[in-house]
Amino acid sequence: MSSSIGIYASQISGHLAPPNSYYSIATVPLQTSSVGTFTNIPQTYTHLQVRVMTHDSGATSPIDIALRVGSSTSAVDTGNNYAYHRLYGNGTGAYSDNGTTTSFISCAFCPGSGISSSIMGVAVIDILDYANTNKYKTVRALGGYDANGSGNANFHSGLWMNTAAIQSLSVFAGSGGTTANNTFALYGVK
Amino acid sequence: MAIAQTYVPIATQTLGSAASSVTFNSISQGFTDLVLIANFALSATGDATRIQVGNGSIDTGTNYSTTYLIGTGSIASTGRESNASSTRFAGAAVGPSTDFATGIINFQNYSNTTTYKTWIDRYSGVTSSEVNAMVGLWRSTSAINTIKLFNVVGSNFVVGSTFTIYGISAA
Repeated sequence: MSSSIGIYASQISGHLAPPNSYYSIATVPLQTSSVGTFTNIPQTYTHLQVRVMTHDSGATSPIDIALRVGSSTSAVDTGNNYAYHRLYGNGTGAYSDNGTTTSFISCAFCPGSGISSSIMGVAVIDILDYANTNKYKTVRALGGYDANGSGNANFHSGLWMNTAAIQSLSVFAGSGGTTANNTFALYGVK
Repeated sequence: MAIAQTYVPIATQTLGSAASSVTFNSISQGFTDLVLIANFALSATGDATRIQVGNGSIDTGTNYSTTYLIGTGSIASTGRESNASSTRFAGAAVGPSTDFATGIINFQNYSNTTTYKTWIDRYSGVTSSEVNAMVGLWRSTSAINTIKLFNVVGSNFVVGSTFTIYGISAA
């Protein structure tokens, strides 16, 4: 690894302290599936982060990158126990809306069947204080996609209306369609 | 589940002198994602900071596009750039040199050779700028091993600006 700046590389100095609090828990690597499911999530972290890259073949664009969580170690909650707010721009208009008593949290948008499968939607999803048993769980996400002429940039927040600790989660493209090269990775933050 | 510590600092540049661009070369291909955290100010107002990437050398062709969402404190707006020679990173209101802004860019699966490369960033200025969500696309299936941040009309990143790349490895 080398680095340079435009003028005097010799005058570069200083380093940031390594962050020793971020752990890779599990990943669903490049695959032909638009669902990433994680079970038996350790309860030893303060926060979780899910990093997603996906493309949905079963819908026109845009389609939600959706999140479900669960208190069971093996299954997520599919009931209408979620809510979300969305702030997004598609290049021509800026919008905000919300969903209440929904069956998933909308975390961002990804491209669908009308866009080349080489173009992926991405999201970074933070699930805060996931092991706490005294409050509903809150999620924030940054994501979107660009397709050289269309796209979306997304700020979303979400709620799971349950005080149970989160022990499983799934991330999926909203239509459930499948395409190649999706990745889903789960991280823990101390 | 195999659990491993990650989010590793790969390289840091803290500017001891003003520079018109910052480039990271020969980036390791051993991670899943990259995160570039920039805390910077520009020597003049009215400039805009951009992103270019490449494999072996910076791609200066018109192979980039951006979709962005901006809040200025009074309005929310959105825009798009297609077939551009770089992607947007920070808007045109950055500066003056005491106004350090922060941008965090996530390069997802930067080393895969199957898909085009997409990155997302959050950027916010302090007193004279904006909050911004940006999605950038590089229409190449090549792995990214070099990243450049530069300013469109030639103002400099001021002394004390910091740029750090972290690598995140999925288990």
